Formats: sequence, structure tokens, C-alpha cells
Amino acid sequence: MRVSVDTHRCCGSGQCVLAVPEVFDQREEDGIVRLLDERPSAELHDEIRTAATVCPSGAIEVHEA
Amino acid sequence: MTTAHPVTPLSFPAPRGACPFDPPPAYQRARREQPVTRVTLWDGSQCWMVTRHADVRVVLRDQRFSSDARRPGFPFVTDGRRALANESTSFIRLDDPEHARLRRMLTADFMIKKAEVLRPRVQRIVDDFLDRMVEHGAPADLVTEFALPIPSLVICLLLGVDYADHTYFQERSRIMLNNGSTADEIRQARDELTEYLGRLAQRKRREPDDGIISRLVARGELTDEEVASTGLLLLVAGHETTANMTSLSTLALLRDPAQLTRLRAEPALVKPAVEELLRFLTIVHFGLPRVATEDLEVGGQTIRAGEGVLCMLSAANRDEEVFEGADRLDIGRESRRHVAFGFGVHQCLGQPLARVELQIALETLLRRLPGLRLAVPYEDIRFRTDMAIYGVHELPVAW
Repeated sequence: MRVSVDTHRCCGSGQCVLAVPEVFDQREEDGIVRLLDERPSAELHDEIRTAATVCPSGAIEVHEA
Repeated sequence: MTTAHPVTPLSFPAPRGACPFDPPPAYQRARREQPVTRVTLWDGSQCWMVTRHADVRVVLRDQRFSSDARRPGFPFVTDGRRALANESTSFIRLDDPEHARLRRMLTADFMIKKAEVLRPRVQRIVDDFLDRMVEHGAPADLVTEFALPIPSLVICLLLGVDYADHTYFQERSRIMLNNGSTADEIRQARDELTEYLGRLAQRKRREPDDGIISRLVARGELTDEEVASTGLLLLVAGHETTANMTSLSTLALLRDPAQLTRLRAEPALVKPAVEELLRFLTIVHFGLPRVATEDLEVGGQTIRAGEGVLCMLSAANRDEEVFEGADRLDIGRESRRHVAFGFGVHQCLGQPLARVELQIALETLLRRLPGLRLAVPYEDIRFRTDMAIYGVHELPVAW
């Protein structure tokens, strides 16, 4: 799985950080998403899918395979 | 595909049914039978009502459904809301890029890390108000002695507003959120609060501190009026929402002894419990308004440019397609997909703070008052059917 984020779409709700703090963080200056791990390990995949689902602005893209 | 519509559209808002925790039965029925349907508003105008979880998400994530209340066709659920929205410039009623520019000045203040850092401070505030309530003795009104002062004091600290003035802005924020208020009453309350915050902005220019208002002023990008309208949004939104969730959650748990016992036995469940209570109670109960800026399709129904849409968060959060046994409160379930904070780029900015406050308030209340119970018959509780934010007007309790 490869993850990408769109910092222009992001509205800083922090849903992704709540779901997978290992993979998502928020920038200090404006609370916008910061991707910590583009190729997260398998045990996090379910939670990453949840993060993408609950992201209000659709700023997280999950590329399976 | 275009489905046939009833000759007489549903009159909005529909009355609540027998259970005060459930959305109006008409919305629940609409979700099952006609999930995108026409409704008639107070002034005789019509708009669409969207009730399914999937459709609500689609509308709120698509910025072609505008939040700009100045656009023709934007649906207003009361006269007062129309008066307020047409004159206000707060970013809740703006689209990107203006919305994003203003919101991004605040997102850092409400990010997860910041809310987590506040935990010890919120815990102290919660303990202090609970101490005072216990000291005054039972019966006590949980709304005025516990649920309201907690978020009120917290948002004052963050904004840099003097909590000593709380009666002044609590009264005015109540008028602004009362669907029964006339347009004039709302305008006056709004003007007085804006003036109050404008004066505060001027003071922060002379005597800066580390509160949000002071830092907004210091950026030098906003006029005092813009600072005041942003402050107003945070002050009003920061009050009534968390306050009503706290008291209504307490009541819902007291009415469901099995869930209450479970939460007391497993305090670690407080996080999922708060998510489930947010889902189950959905206090933003009048729908989020949008207006289509082009012809768009939602759930197989074409919505024309210029037509209004109300997204019913409460009905969406009871959608069986997403939440099995949706009409049952189950604090152990996975409820994170709820839309109680809205969805899309306007989703609640303060939600990390709201979560921290709710988790600490509920955990502390249940732990410290094991004998907590209603001090009046349940039938006497007055629900806030007439307010923009649902809840109870008062909650007399003993312990």
C-alpha cells in the first residue's frame, strides 16, 4: 500500500492523526496534514483505510497493491 | 434516474416522535423511502433534504454545493438564520478559497496535539466545577453548574476573553441559537457580541497576550471586524455544542443503565463511548444547509443549480447501511464514521477540543458521583426542540 496526501485539500480536522498517529501528523504552523510514512506496514492498513474514509475533505489517497 | 415525489412535500422541521433521543420519525422514514426528497420551509420556499449517510457525505464533500449564504436559493430554516447569514462574514458561510484562508489561521490552535496538551488544564476545570456543584449540594442543575461552564471557561482561556463576562456572552449566544428568536433579536445579540469582541481586539492590539484573538490581531491581515466575527464564531460554537453534548449524554446514559454500568466498569471505553454518543445524539439537528452551484446528481436525483439542500446529520447517523442496529446506543461499537461534526472542509474545527472536554467531563462525572441520578421525573425534562443545538434546557440531578 502506498499513501499520498493533498495538503491543498486538507482542512486540518485531525481525523487521520486520531486514527493512525504512526502515519499522519499535523504541521505545527497550520495544522495541515504531514505524511510520516508513505509505505506503511501491513498491520496499519485497515486503520489507514478508515483514516481515508473519515477524512472530511478527501485529502488522503490510498493506492492498494 | 428521477424518482417520483409526493404531491405535498414534507413540512420542515418535522416534529420529534416519542423518544427524545431519536431524530424525527419523518426523517427516518425519508431515509428509507425517499432519501433525497423535497421539503417546505417556514416561509413556503422549498429545498431538498438529504438523509442517507452516503449522500450526506457526497454533498458535504463536494464544494460545488456552496456554503455561501449570500447565494440565491440558499436554504434558511428560520427567519432569524436568514437575517444572520446574509450579513455575517464568518468563514462558516464562505467557500474556498476565502474560507480556507480564514480557517487556516486557526487550524493550528485546534490540532490534535494542542487539544491533548490541554488535558490537565481541562481536568482541573472539570474537577473545580464538580467540586463547586457538590459543595452547593443536591439537587443541582447539571447544565448550569457543570456542562455549560466547562466549555465556556475553556474557550475563554483559548480566545483570551475574560470569563467574568460569561453571563453577557452566554445570554447573547443563547438568543442567537434560539430558533424562536426574531430577526431583530438575533441581529441585536450578534451586534452586541461583535462590538464586545471588536473592543477586545482593539485592547489586544495595545496589550497582546498568547490568546487566539491577540494572535489574530498580531498577524496584521485582518480588520478588527474580521477578528470580531471569527471570535464570535468560536465563542458561540465553543459554548453550546459541548455543553449540550455533555448534559444530553449524561441523560442518555442515566436512561440506559446497562450502558452506564458498562462505562463505569470500563473507563477506558470513554473514547469510543463519546464517539457513539456523538453519533446517537447528533445535537446539530436542523441540517447543514448548502446550495448547488451547478446541476448535480445525488443518490440518483438531479439537484439543479440554485436549489438548496439540507443535509440531515441526525438521520445519516442512524443509517442502518453504516451502523447496524443504528437506533440502539452501544458504547462499544465502532462509530467513527459518524458525521456529528459535519463533513467536508467545513467539518467542525474544534472537534479535538470537544472530544477532550467530553471525555474528561463524562469520565470524571461518572467516577466521582457513583450515585448520580435524576432529581425530577424523566417526563418533566424539557428538551431543546426549539434550539439550533439540541439538548436539555435543564437537568436536575442528585447523587
